[in-house]
Order: sequence, then C-alpha cells, then structure tokens
Amino acid sequence: MVEFGTQFALVTLGMSMLIAVVRLVKGPSLPDRVVAMDLLGVLVVGLIVVLAASTSVRAALDAAIVIALIAFVATVAYGTYIERGHPE
Amino acid sequence: MTDFITGVMWITGSSFAFLAALGVLRMPDVFTRMQASTKASTLGLGCLLVGAALQLADLASIIRVISIGAFIFLTTPVSAHVIARASYRADIPLWDGTVLDERRERAHPGATNQSAGSQATPANHA
Repeated sequence: MVEFGTQFALVTLGMSMLIAVVRLVKGPSLPDRVVAMDLLGVLVVGLIVVLAASTSVRAALDAAIVIALIAFVATVAYGTYIERGHPE
Repeated sequence: MTDFITGVMWITGSSFAFLAALGVLRMPDVFTRMQASTKASTLGLGCLLVGAALQLADLASIIRVISIGAFIFLTTPVSAHVIARASYRADIPLWDGTVLDERRERAHPGATNQSAGSQATPANHA
C-alpha cells in the first residue's frame, strides 16, 4: 500500500505543480502569479516530505523547512510590493 | 498497518493538493483562487505530514515534521490575508458574478453597491 501511495502522491503532486505553473504563466494580474507561487511552495514542501519519508533521507526535511520559510517571506514581500502601487 | 495508514494519508493529501491546483487554475477571480489554494493545500499538506510522521518513526524526524506543519498552518492564512488586502487595494477587478462587496463604500466613496463586479474599476492589470 505504501508503494502505491508513494507513487500516486508523487505523480499527483507533479501534475499539481504543472497546473500551478500554467496559472503562473497565464495569470492575468500580478496577484494571480503570487498566489500560484505560494501554492507552488506548499506543493514543493509536500513533495520533499513524501520523498524524504519514502527514501528515509531525513536531512531533506530541513530543506522543506527552509523552502516553506522562503515562500512565506516572498509572499509577504510581494504583498507589500503590490500594495505600494506598482502592479505589473 | 502503519504502511496502510501512510498510503491512505498520502493518497488523500495529494488528492487535496491536486484539488487546490485545480481550483487555482479554474476559479474566475484572484480572491476565489486564493481561497481554493489556501484551504485545500493546507489540508493536503497536513495529511502528507501525518503520513510522513508515521513512516519516519524517530523523534528527530517527528519534531521536524511537526515544526513544518505548525509553520505552514500558521503562515498560510497570514500570506493569504496579505495578498487579498494588497490586491483589493490595487483595484484588481472582482468576478462579474460577485453579489456583495462590503468594502466598496469605504474603498470607493460615492459608488453604488449593486453588482460590484461589473462596476469594478477597469484598471489596466491585463
């Protein structure tokens, strides 16, 4: 069951990342792209967690923590940038 | 048994993450897109983390997994709020089917509050 779960999770998370990249390229305004980037960060964290747990590479969890932190700081910085009035 | 629960958790969590991505692609508006992305991806990541904590059953990994979960659960609503406030103040147009925009009186004084979406200012965000 865990092998099938691992493969299903990896394939589904990869497809979700592709869809988020489609919205990142298409997105009509800058906040759409920021939302897609935020979702992409969460999906990368999930992918790293699944990979670290299925191959028992425990050091990758630290990378997941760092990526979550950087995604949050980037989103808040983009929010300040949009609010200051330079969209696009 | 642990492997079975891990597999079920990973299938559930990645399905919710896929739903979040589908909502980001298909929703008509930046606010509805953000709503789909925030809630569904948080639940999906929570399920993935529970599966990972069951699979890596030592204390250091479980502490790291719990800290990832707490961090994501605390920061995702904050970043969604920041983006929503910024895009509302930057006059990103709402969806045409929006029925109620309670901040419209305060944000644009003198404008009527009926059919907020079609009357949203067509700023050049194309």
